[in-house]
Amino acid sequence: MTLLTLAWEFFKTGLLATGGGLATLPFLQQMSVSHPEWFSLEMLADMVAVSESTPGPLGVNMATYVGYTVGGVAGALVATFALVLPSILVILIIAAFLKHYMNSPLVQRVFAALRPAVTGLIAAAGYAVIKLAVWQNGALEWRSLALFVLVLAATQWKKLSRLHPIVYIGIGAVAGMALGM
Amino acid sequence: MQKGRGKLLWQLFRAFFNIGIMTFGGGYAMLPMLEREVVDKHGWSTREQLLSYYAIGQCTPGVIAVNTATFIGYDQAGVLGGVLATVGVITPSLVIILLIATVLAQIAHLPLVASAFAGIRPVVGALIASSVIRLCRTTTRQLWQIALCVAAFVVVALLGQSPVWVVLGAAVLGLLFCGRVVRPEGAQGKEGKA
Repeated sequence: MTLLTLAWEFFKTGLLATGGGLATLPFLQQMSVSHPEWFSLEMLADMVAVSESTPGPLGVNMATYVGYTVGGVAGALVATFALVLPSILVILIIAAFLKHYMNSPLVQRVFAALRPAVTGLIAAAGYAVIKLAVWQNGALEWRSLALFVLVLAATQWKKLSRLHPIVYIGIGAVAGMALGM
Repeated sequence: MQKGRGKLLWQLFRAFFNIGIMTFGGGYAMLPMLEREVVDKHGWSTREQLLSYYAIGQCTPGVIAVNTATFIGYDQAGVLGGVLATVGVITPSLVIILLIATVLAQIAHLPLVASAFAGIRPVVGALIASSVIRLCRTTTRQLWQIALCVAAFVVVALLGQSPVWVVLGAAVLGLLFCGRVVRPEGAQGKEGKA
């Protein structure tokens, strides 16, 4: 039954998450709320870190990891295939009239509105992760806050903006161990 | 003929397997690998075509890498081609994540590992924030788009609603109200960098 629910949740995610990389994150965060027995927000943040640091598209990695956490190897397979199923269906459907689809004003309207909304959704998921990291047991975690501010500032600095996320994640791991966080 | 088709299907799987294994992250990260495999190595499309395939990947629901794989596979070898290219792009994720997840599950209880992840979490928060800032530059150019972005944030982060409703609501709003005001930018492949 869990696998069926898992398949449905990831099918929805594949169908509704639009855009690259983190677009699936808001849906995963919602899963941690509606199925608290599956995984916590804390675990999700760790899964994001691992997914960013390993080869493979971010959305697919996160689906595999979340699926594994919920239902082992079978869960990983179910979640990953459920995530990509809508892509296959949608592409096959629109492939027949692709030119028409791409140039359709209706489609362009929908995506003009979807993109900012998705940006807001990712911001909401980010807000949850940041709150989790810097606010612990009702008190501000200063070391986390400092790490957050430093890394965010570094990513905004042009010279470092091309640096791969894995570098920052490595720095975070070392800082965490060194400071005994 | 049959043999040639089998070979093409295998090549599609292999090519997208390579793309999957060499892609870190998503979005733009996969473009150079796509070019190498799809344009240079197999000549399945021209560079220009590839960019429009990639744009299609952005303008359809789902993970961009998967959409692009499905489309190129379908274009080359029909439904089966689309499925095999997709399976190719997700296989490295399945194998690598399963290995890492199994190992991490064994060592997660170690204090040092727990400390490392405690240090990683604020970094993940910062990386997400930096993605959002980058996305805002291309997706929230007009006042109504900024309003929509803020509304989506408030509905999910502060009111605790499901993102499903935000996506469906935004799609409907776009259909009803965007009209001719909007200059579409999606077809140029300038988005989805996150």
